[in-house]
Amino acid sequence: MINKADKNITDVLSQIKDGATIMIGGFGTAGQPAELIDALIDLGVKDLVIINNNAGNGDHGLAKLLKTGAVRKIICSFPRQSDSWVFDELYHAGKIELELVPQGNLACRIQAAGMGLGAVYTPTGFGTLLAEGKEMRHIDGKDYVLEYPIKADFALIKADKGDRWGNLVYRKSARNFGPIMAMAADITIAQVSKTVELGKLDPEHIITPGIFVQHVVQIEPTSSTTAAIA
Amino acid sequence: MSHRLLTRDQIAERAAQDIPDGAYVNLGIGLPTKIAKYLPADKDVFLHSENGLLAFGPPPAKGEEDPELINAGKEYVTMLDGGSFFHHGDSFAMMRGGHIDICVLGAFQVAANGDLANWSTGAPDAIPAVGGAMDLAVGAKKVFVMTNHTTKTGEPKIVSELTYPVTGKHCVDRIFTDLCVIDVTDKGLVVTEMVEGLSFAELQAVTDATLIDATGINATQV
Repeated sequence: MINKADKNITDVLSQIKDGATIMIGGFGTAGQPAELIDALIDLGVKDLVIINNNAGNGDHGLAKLLKTGAVRKIICSFPRQSDSWVFDELYHAGKIELELVPQGNLACRIQAAGMGLGAVYTPTGFGTLLAEGKEMRHIDGKDYVLEYPIKADFALIKADKGDRWGNLVYRKSARNFGPIMAMAADITIAQVSKTVELGKLDPEHIITPGIFVQHVVQIEPTSSTTAAIA
Repeated sequence: MSHRLLTRDQIAERAAQDIPDGAYVNLGIGLPTKIAKYLPADKDVFLHSENGLLAFGPPPAKGEEDPELINAGKEYVTMLDGGSFFHHGDSFAMMRGGHIDICVLGAFQVAANGDLANWSTGAPDAIPAVGGAMDLAVGAKKVFVMTNHTTKTGEPKIVSELTYPVTGKHCVDRIFTDLCVIDVTDKGLVVTEMVEGLSFAELQAVTDATLIDATGINATQV
């Protein structure tokens, strides 16, 4: 019997070693798996490469992870925010490497990894500093930039409900990068607000089929995880 | 000069008039989000947000905020009946795939050829951030820009050539400023409306790029 929801958060995360590349879901704090990140901090691994849309908000979640100094490099589209002081300080001190990727290219590079593509030609960023040094191609009257897939050892994502086969449904705008990151990592760990029996998720409504998910960890929402967002 | 500058809300109200019924629209974070307030209730305009919302609605009532229902500016929103959620891959398929009819972006500079700069000032110690701007610039069918005509220190933002790093080349179609409305055409920047009391010469004087006067007798009525 397959039960992807049978391990506790510490046992699941103990697979992650120094130097790992980790996708973390979320857009700002919506969909950010805060408890998985806290457990990752407790694990004490170092030299991580993190992929996220942003670079942390306030002092919690991803920002808290950055603050520990465990992250060597971050790949994101929008690091500069009114409450990104943790990242700002690390960046100005030269303590973190930034790879800035336009948001749509971040998404399609993650998708390319999940789909097994070698690269994608994308029009986004053509002629800009972010395409400098990259291969270009003129296709059917339009200019494109060659971008390579972004894959990861792990994806830490947040969903609303999951079952023991790893099927997931999400909640509102917390879905964002979850489904595509789940496809692009060797091991996807989903924190869910509720685990349900097989069959309780309508097959018509499942957003991430269990094939893309290796572990499901139930973390019931508390007031701290739904704290005001930035 | 005997004219008044349009307020930010007045620019938004003017830009809203050019958004037709049935349009799929992405409003960039900051100034352009104000446009939502001025879309007439008798039009079905579908607002898209890159974090996976289509047909979102106004902010929720106090106490009804949901941390998992936010727009790209990370502000609380609601969903209209008929609205939908989707992941980032689909969201950027809507943007990059040419399905968004209009996007409205803020600008540091717009050049005479329609080049847009709005993601980086190029300052060495500034932290760059791009978000979805480059995707919208290349992907939306029409790109509107909403901006003050000059910077706070009076420098022109409508320029003959960009001095800031480019977001998208030849992408801007129409510019709404606190002084005028400009269409970016093959012939150059065509001014179609100006605030009352402003002369074309006065407008040109605060604009680095060469403008073409097509205002005729019409003035902006806001």
